[in-house]
Amino acid sequence: MMTKLHENKGLQLLLGLLAGICFGFLLHKGGVTKYDIIVGQLRLQDFTVLKIMLSAVIVTMMGVSFLYPKGLIKLHVKAGSVKNSIIGGLIFGVGFAILGYCPGTIAGAVGNGYIDGLLGGVIGILVGSGLFASMYGVLKRHNILSEDRYSKKSLFDEMDGRSFRYTIPMVLVLIIIILLVEFLAG
Amino acid sequence: MNVFTMVKWSPYVVGALIGILNIISLLLSDKVIGTSTSYARASGMIRKLFDREYVENNEFYLKTAPEVDWAFMLVIGIVIGSFISAMLSGDFNIVAVPPMWANEISQGFFLRFIVAVFGGVIIAIGSRWAGGCTSGHGISGTGQLSVLSWIAAAAFFVGGIVTALLIYGL
Repeated sequence: MMTKLHENKGLQLLLGLLAGICFGFLLHKGGVTKYDIIVGQLRLQDFTVLKIMLSAVIVTMMGVSFLYPKGLIKLHVKAGSVKNSIIGGLIFGVGFAILGYCPGTIAGAVGNGYIDGLLGGVIGILVGSGLFASMYGVLKRHNILSEDRYSKKSLFDEMDGRSFRYTIPMVLVLIIIILLVEFLAG
Repeated sequence: MNVFTMVKWSPYVVGALIGILNIISLLLSDKVIGTSTSYARASGMIRKLFDREYVENNEFYLKTAPEVDWAFMLVIGIVIGSFISAMLSGDFNIVAVPPMWANEISQGFFLRFIVAVFGGVIIAIGSRWAGGCTSGHGISGTGQLSVLSWIAAAAFFVGGIVTALLIYGL
């Protein structure tokens, strides 16, 4: 772990900016800074989004399989519950199709020149985030945001350090899914 | 042809490079790619201009502080990186209404603007409710084999596909 580097706040802000520039560059090169490609995916007409996501997941999973058992990285697994992943995920999906961008790709869409993203979507996301902040206290008091036993749970912690034994078969399944998508949808 | 001036790369090359970027970020910054929380921080920064006391006492903003961090800079970087790639490949165009929407729904900007604001509000509430978005859950969380991220990512697409088919028809 490069703890000293992680604690250098100014340098980390610069690294965040550089990572963002690379990410935005890649999102544009992938075509996913465009409404038509994203909504094309949700209409099951264009599978670019799924192909990008699955290959990013495979590489991330392989990197974590190698580095995590050696103690070179920490995992960042989110807290929550199965119930809220489903409810929140479905709400997200509805917004995803209506907006036609997600929080990451909309920043790329702005860089690509999409005015509906900049003036409409970004404002909407800021307002929606603010609304959630206002509702947060009530949701919490009614125990709606409580965590369950899957909170912060990663399957990497169940593998006794022998990650590849489990992740290689998983990757093979994901590759079969990609091949099926290529074969059936082009 | 120069790779940097190409408009489009193979989605598999793009995805693999995003995965490598994720691993580099874990090593160098102890972070994974995720974007939606930065909008929540930004909403706090904006509200602070109008009602400082409210933001300073709000439970959500105490947990998600309205300040600039690694992920906030990441989102700023996305705008710049996409702009650089678009300019290099001659693909930067000011578009008010995306072509698919213009051809099949309406060419007017006002309707698209209102719908985009509405969609933005919903996607933000969904992100916070689920604890992440297409990048944070869909790529970084699933890649770390987070159980909740796989469930959330599946729900994103179920909700998205059903809604898109309702908007545009089968």
